[in-house]
Amino acid sequence: MSKQRPTLLAFAIAIGLGGPASAFTAYVSNEKGNTISVVDIDKMETVRTIKVGQRPRGIELTNDDNHCLVAVGDDDTVQVVDTKTGEVVANLPSGPDPELFTLSPDGRVLYVANENNNTVTIIDMERRAALGEVQVGVEPEGMGISPDGKVLVNTSETTNMAHFIDTRERKIIANVLVDSRPRFAVFKSDASELWVSSEIGGTVSIIDPVKHQVTKKISFAIPGLRSEAIQPVGINITKDGKTGFVALGPANRVAVIDGTTHEVKKYLLVGQRVWHMALTPDEKYLLTTNGLSNDVSVIDVASLKVVKSIQVGELPWGITITKR
Amino acid sequence: MNTLFVRLSALVLAILLELAIAAQAQDPLDIKIGYLRRAQQQETISLVQMPPPDIGLAGAQMAVRDNNTTGRFLNQRYLLVDMHLKTGDDPAAAVRQLASQGVFLIVADLPADELLRAADAGKADRILFFNVASTDDRLRQKDCRGNIIHTAPSRAMLADGLAQYLVWKKWVRWFLVVGSHERDQLFAAALTRAATRFGAKIVQQREFKDTGGARRTDSGVAQIQQQMPVFTQEVPNYDVLVVADESEVFANNLPYRTWDPRPVAGSAGLVPTSWDASNDLWGGIQMQSRFTEQFKRLMTSLDMQAWTAGRMVGEAASRQNSADPKVLFEFLKGPQLALGAFKGQKLTVRDWDLQLRQPILLTDGRTIVSVSPQAGFLHQFSALDTLGYDRPETQCSLQ
Repeated sequence: MSKQRPTLLAFAIAIGLGGPASAFTAYVSNEKGNTISVVDIDKMETVRTIKVGQRPRGIELTNDDNHCLVAVGDDDTVQVVDTKTGEVVANLPSGPDPELFTLSPDGRVLYVANENNNTVTIIDMERRAALGEVQVGVEPEGMGISPDGKVLVNTSETTNMAHFIDTRERKIIANVLVDSRPRFAVFKSDASELWVSSEIGGTVSIIDPVKHQVTKKISFAIPGLRSEAIQPVGINITKDGKTGFVALGPANRVAVIDGTTHEVKKYLLVGQRVWHMALTPDEKYLLTTNGLSNDVSVIDVASLKVVKSIQVGELPWGITITKR
Repeated sequence: MNTLFVRLSALVLAILLELAIAAQAQDPLDIKIGYLRRAQQQETISLVQMPPPDIGLAGAQMAVRDNNTTGRFLNQRYLLVDMHLKTGDDPAAAVRQLASQGVFLIVADLPADELLRAADAGKADRILFFNVASTDDRLRQKDCRGNIIHTAPSRAMLADGLAQYLVWKKWVRWFLVVGSHERDQLFAAALTRAATRFGAKIVQQREFKDTGGARRTDSGVAQIQQQMPVFTQEVPNYDVLVVADESEVFANNLPYRTWDPRPVAGSAGLVPTSWDASNDLWGGIQMQSRFTEQFKRLMTSLDMQAWTAGRMVGEAASRQNSADPKVLFEFLKGPQLALGAFKGQKLTVRDWDLQLRQPILLTDGRTIVSVSPQAGFLHQFSALDTLGYDRPETQCSLQ
């Protein structure tokens, strides 16, 4: 009997009935639709659509899941959406054209990349007021924060660097040159590595966050695809650091990376122009936003199989999942 | 005694080394870029398309500013030296003058003949040139040079980009109208080649003679409104009027005035180009906003081609940490180059003729209608090599 349970569970998951009651909810920003699609991960369907400002892209939930923050670049603000009511309750002074941002681990400070004026804007979340800004390279985009919150990493797309910023001093402490058009940066949960994707360069740089040096570059090769079509953007790494996922844009695939050896283990075919991804807190599923096919692909992390496509709004871009 | 000497020498050496490192830390690496241009007056039919006085130069200035933002973090300093040739000025002399100022990287906004004169004059000093203006195919073919990288697309690339879209649209019967100037005929030749390559048919070709006169006096509604329908009368059945008029004599008077109701493409209507102020694909909006903010005008294709050249220098210098044109050149023509230039993919240089591979935008001046290469036009190495002269077709031997 006890031996049968997992099989039944796996079966239930495979046919899309969902696993145990997790009740996780995903929020997906739809760049063209000017909406957020709210996806019930148990039901694996969109259950609500929230109207937001123009061109929503970067999206994060606050630590208590009560608010969803979304960068609406064409309205030059980061909007705060009440997740219960679906209402926009505040507009944060993000600076012009915000695209990606990250919250400090304690949730008190928001760091926003402003692509148009080469700055990172720092916002106090309690007062919803700007605290200051840091000058970085041309077209800042990717934002990663160290697990202890002491180091912020910003990538600049035309300068081709990862800028390491001391969050207390609000000063750049190091710059690491990476391949062309770096778009996303994320630390491993134990802070041992920083991963930076280069969209045009077609690589992911593994950076030693202490020595500020690139220790390894991951490149990708998919039979039948020209190298120009392989454009890494979003990255997610499991909490144990053993598996990394890289969204490869117009290659329509997610690369599965061994977190220790940094070898590509597998390519998973998802929807068209995959941008960003989010793991459920139990790391059972990885959800990807597919920019051209208006859907979210659900990857079963244990079996590394794409198990479901969920229709969302027009041109989905960013995604975040509740912690509970 | 000997030991002491060795120790002292070591000490002196260490101090010297430290001083050298300290000096290095203070003095930035200077990378000088020349912008060599010829005063040219281009009359246009459309008032909104009149070239601004700083056309091209503004793109290079923008690139230098972007490079300096990056340079701050790398202790590199980029400088732009603008050299504006007046009537009668010799480009070869200008090149020697730039070299005497320590400028060995030159962004050239020159007609083909003058570019060749400049490039040949710069050979002795190992000067690297970027052709940002001339679309002449001969510069990529028989008259190619081993010291000129072309960021401007060639006429063949522009014509192929347009032809692929027209063929995809199944507008394969073309009425080709050609101006009477040499460059109009060169563009017509590229369009004819493209028609043959991609399966379009030119049902008739007519020449529109430039008989002189002002571009805009008629305003289009006086005699032109009568002339254009008559000029385009009695053509065998066709799908699209394709026009080659780089001299801006008549093409922009064709749309909406043809005898038969037909779309116009080429030098007017749907125009193939490297850049347009309406392009906001692939982060292009960031480029447009930065440019407009700095120069208070819209960004043209020449600005983009000059920006791309300046960024190529920045890209190579930041990767190689060098200002040596030879080092930069080796990097730029090699496989490591992956230039980001708001074109949705990395740009690289063709090693057989030093032409920058790039997609071709098709615009009506208000929006981007499409981008070539079109889906379905395949290539064994790079889809971008379906545009222009491919390796097996090249007549270029670099030296």
